[in-house]
Amino acid sequence: MRYLPLTPADRAEMLGVIGAASVDDLFVDVPAEARLSGPIEGLPAHASEMAVERHMSALAAKNLSAGTAPFFIGAGAYRHHVPASVDHLIQRGEFLTAYTPYQPEIAQGTLQVLFEFQTQVARLFGTDIANASMYDGSTACWEAILMASRVTRKVRAVLSSGLHPHYAEVVRTMAKFTEDEIVSLKPELVAEADDAAVIAAIDDKTSCVVVQYPDVMGRIPDLAAIAEAAHAKGALLIAVVTEPVALGMIEAPGNLGADIVVGEGQSLGVGLQFGGPYLGLFGCREKFVRQMPGRLCGQTVDAEGKRGFVLTLSTREQHIRREKATSNICTNSGLCALAFSIHLTLLGGEGLAQLAAVNHDKAQTLIERLAKVPGVTVLNQAYFNEATVVLPRDAREVVRDLADRKVLGGVSLGRLFPEDSDLHRGLLVAATETVTDEDIETFARELEGVLA
Amino acid sequence: MNAVNASGWRPQMGEAGEGGAFKTASGDYGLMLEEALSFELGSSAKCGVDLDTLARPAAAGLSKFLRKAAPALPGLTEPEAVRHYTRLSRQNYAIDLGPFPLGSCTMKHNPRLNEKMARLPGFADVHPLQPQKTVEGALEVIEQLADWLITLTGMASVAMSPKAGAHGELCGLLCIRAALDARGEKRDVVLVPESAHGTNPATAAFAGFKVQSIPATPEGRVDVEALKAKLGPNVAGVMITNPNTCGLFEPEMKAIGDAVHAAGGYVYCDGANFNAIVGKVRPGDLGVDAMHINLHKTFSTPHGGGGPGAGPVVLSEALAPFAPLPFVSRGDDGRIHLVEEENRGEGHDQAFGRMVAFHGQMGMFTRALTYILSHGADGLRQVAEDAVLNANYVLRSCEDLLPAPFAKSGPCMHEALFSDAGLAEGFSTLDIAKGLIDEGFHPMTVYFPLVVKGAMLVEPTETESKAGLDRFIASLRSLAQRAKDGDQSLHSAPHFAPRRRLDETLAARKPVLVWQGTPGEPGTPALSEFGGS
Amino acid sequence: MTRYFSQEHEWIEIEGDLGTVGITDYAQGQLGDITFVDLPAEGATFEKGDSVAVVDSVKAASDVYTPVSGTIAEANDVLADQPELVNTDAEVGGWLFRITLSDASELEALMDEAAYKDYVASL
Repeated sequence: MRYLPLTPADRAEMLGVIGAASVDDLFVDVPAEARLSGPIEGLPAHASEMAVERHMSALAAKNLSAGTAPFFIGAGAYRHHVPASVDHLIQRGEFLTAYTPYQPEIAQGTLQVLFEFQTQVARLFGTDIANASMYDGSTACWEAILMASRVTRKVRAVLSSGLHPHYAEVVRTMAKFTEDEIVSLKPELVAEADDAAVIAAIDDKTSCVVVQYPDVMGRIPDLAAIAEAAHAKGALLIAVVTEPVALGMIEAPGNLGADIVVGEGQSLGVGLQFGGPYLGLFGCREKFVRQMPGRLCGQTVDAEGKRGFVLTLSTREQHIRREKATSNICTNSGLCALAFSIHLTLLGGEGLAQLAAVNHDKAQTLIERLAKVPGVTVLNQAYFNEATVVLPRDAREVVRDLADRKVLGGVSLGRLFPEDSDLHRGLLVAATETVTDEDIETFARELEGVLA
Repeated sequence: MNAVNASGWRPQMGEAGEGGAFKTASGDYGLMLEEALSFELGSSAKCGVDLDTLARPAAAGLSKFLRKAAPALPGLTEPEAVRHYTRLSRQNYAIDLGPFPLGSCTMKHNPRLNEKMARLPGFADVHPLQPQKTVEGALEVIEQLADWLITLTGMASVAMSPKAGAHGELCGLLCIRAALDARGEKRDVVLVPESAHGTNPATAAFAGFKVQSIPATPEGRVDVEALKAKLGPNVAGVMITNPNTCGLFEPEMKAIGDAVHAAGGYVYCDGANFNAIVGKVRPGDLGVDAMHINLHKTFSTPHGGGGPGAGPVVLSEALAPFAPLPFVSRGDDGRIHLVEEENRGEGHDQAFGRMVAFHGQMGMFTRALTYILSHGADGLRQVAEDAVLNANYVLRSCEDLLPAPFAKSGPCMHEALFSDAGLAEGFSTLDIAKGLIDEGFHPMTVYFPLVVKGAMLVEPTETESKAGLDRFIASLRSLAQRAKDGDQSLHSAPHFAPRRRLDETLAARKPVLVWQGTPGEPGTPALSEFGGS
Repeated sequence: MTRYFSQEHEWIEIEGDLGTVGITDYAQGQLGDITFVDLPAEGATFEKGDSVAVVDSVKAASDVYTPVSGTIAEANDVLADQPELVNTDAEVGGWLFRITLSDASELEALMDEAAYKDYVASL
């Protein structure tokens, strides 16, 4: 077995030191009836690297990977070009095979990266501070709602209808088990985000409003107006960003009055990976720091006065506060945070702005072309790299038909909102810098064919 | 066997420190390299990515939303970025460098085949919302891994989507809540042994339960009589870690399960220590209703400096119907289906909801399945046996110098637990831990479990060779002896790490969580205040 | 002015119906460097034995229980910027909160300074 260094002679010698006759003697505490006498039946034995590679490659080949087809899917996960150096660097063994930096003297690499990451996220979001990351955008969103409850001592959260339905479902699921009241607004196939409905739903008992920016249909809500209305009632504005590249172009939520900004960092550095692992981003006002969930890295000095970094304010966390912790989260998405941070460092502020401009340019080309397909209308007044088009029939079938023609042509709103039949003709399409003009032309022609 | 790297190279950051007047102009010492923050190195105008510059202006609809200025983020060109992160990486200890015997963390070797397989475009470059017929291979990976996990644990089903161990715990407890709701019962107490990991009580509270603590026996096991005395109509269940955090198997597990079930509760097992029994014992045979499996421990997906992990939860027949969406299921037609909100009505209406966007940690599933297929049923069994053998070897090789509070009662499982009793006045676990850093090892888990004063929990894992263990044992024995002899130099260890002991009080009293300054401008507050080296 | 002590290592100094509460010098020594103090809101009402404040050190968070029932009259806001006062001046400047007693007879169950000294010596 290529991963097990002990030889039979080693094992015999070690048993001698221990004073045991056999390895089974070390399992005496396991009741005899629960001990298996040999390998579990019905499962294959060990396999060579070559054999395993063959098996896994065959499974991978059954998937239509995004790079092999015209690809226009977004809805909370975006395909961007990740520079080759990102994957090389995260595979450095010192990053890949390190643990949580609990021994800071020998974990300054990870810790400094987290400090840089926190600064990047805070600047991107326009918040005072940010944490060292969460599992993903959806869980960060729920953690933000809980934090808003702690800060405001109120438990009524209003969810904009433009919040990604998976995020909303996570929130509703978790709220079933807490005392939080969740108000979910009904999505509609209209050109503008539901700002007015959100503002109307805020009352004195409201702890927070949760608004996605850009929203799940690609529309862009007026965060400043919502923030003002929320603050007037003593509620917090939680902005949710599922496409951080957008913030290279549109104003940072923190600069528009959002109190907590959470998001999905997958777009930068992480890749699609069929949904995970992803990267939860979490930033907020500095005055809420003691109520934040998740790990925080802070700057300090060592015994010789050199600058160094440590995990800090950990009395908020489960390993100290146990049942009184701000969250049960015990980890972050360290390696994904590293990938995000490297990608963003390669881009820089101006580079991110340019990347965003290219995305928006591609999206305009896509939307203008699709608008020329007979029967197709464009929903959005404004959009960044993703928008909703309305088809003459249920978009779910259209997406499947397009896949038969080897075009990954967006996400049907019917899949995202199965219970809202008013939306089922909606098709969400995204274009990033990875899309070519030929891809757009192929998509438009195949869509014409499918709809004909 | 006592020569600790007598001839080889090893980091000696401290050489210019105490007693050494030598100081370089750069602040670096040979291969020991300091590194500034990216914010101090880069500038917003630099970019390491060549981007299309022909983009047209923003569409009219977007104009009122535009950012006033590009974010103040530093950029680096590729050579600068590669150097920045490579230099930083060298300030980390890692499994790839040596033993990482953190108890309860299972820091085993991470096979590189796993990384290679996870990067196949068919897995890495697939969107979670692609039409199902374009992702059948991905769904098959999830199904095959699920099959292995179910078979290895002897359980009825598995919820794959939880993102990490603590998230898996939450999933298991929410299944219990849902099952109780379905029975129309309001039980609000969860019993947790005092030796439990902090996530257990935190998770129970997060799921809306009240936590009651169960004491440990002097032998380091759950006090079964105390547990039984607390059972009643208000108890939803217990959370037991087995093997437990003292590194011992709970021999009464089945009896505990029977008593809890008889009282109408459920048994949650914290599977953090599954590595000790994989292939040897099936938790399903011990009356467990739910158990999370840390794929990043037992099945060796990399820890990555603190995540991402993955925490699928195996479930008993009683809890299986309540597993959250989405999941994969093999239909009567033999094909694999993805069950999500759209089709939950087809026999899955008891699912308690959704815990994450998308499908869970797919990238970890591919790595874990690769690991499992490499080992096979025979190899996994050998994993558990070698892990337990290595831990007992460390235990018996050190117990004459470091007290092992529970070693008299018999062998340990995959972790050896020591205490700092018997060291010289003023010396404690922390001194041993920091001394290990100077010896070129990562310290063990310290001050956990809480039931042992000055606990040192050593988990060597099965991927350490005997020669590697002998080196570690020699160092640990040397440190124990120095601490018994009152060697003051231990108090200021580590001497040879990239940093000396860090001022955690300062960090917590005056939190500095983000860098303040303008990218690319030297002499910023952060640097001048702290001086660098 | 009379000062009383609790088994949970709080001190309370009585002036009329107002009690000033802090943790003892012995307690701060056990906790190590204090990094943060979470104080109660003015006007909040508590029963004797309720957790009223939390004192954080780097690796621990400790609840502070009120030794008497009553209403919070004032919290020591200076600690927001100088939590280290609880270390350096635990029994004077490092006080945590002032509470208006609702039942002065609860004081009878507490220790005087001599009894507390004996109690600490016995630990």
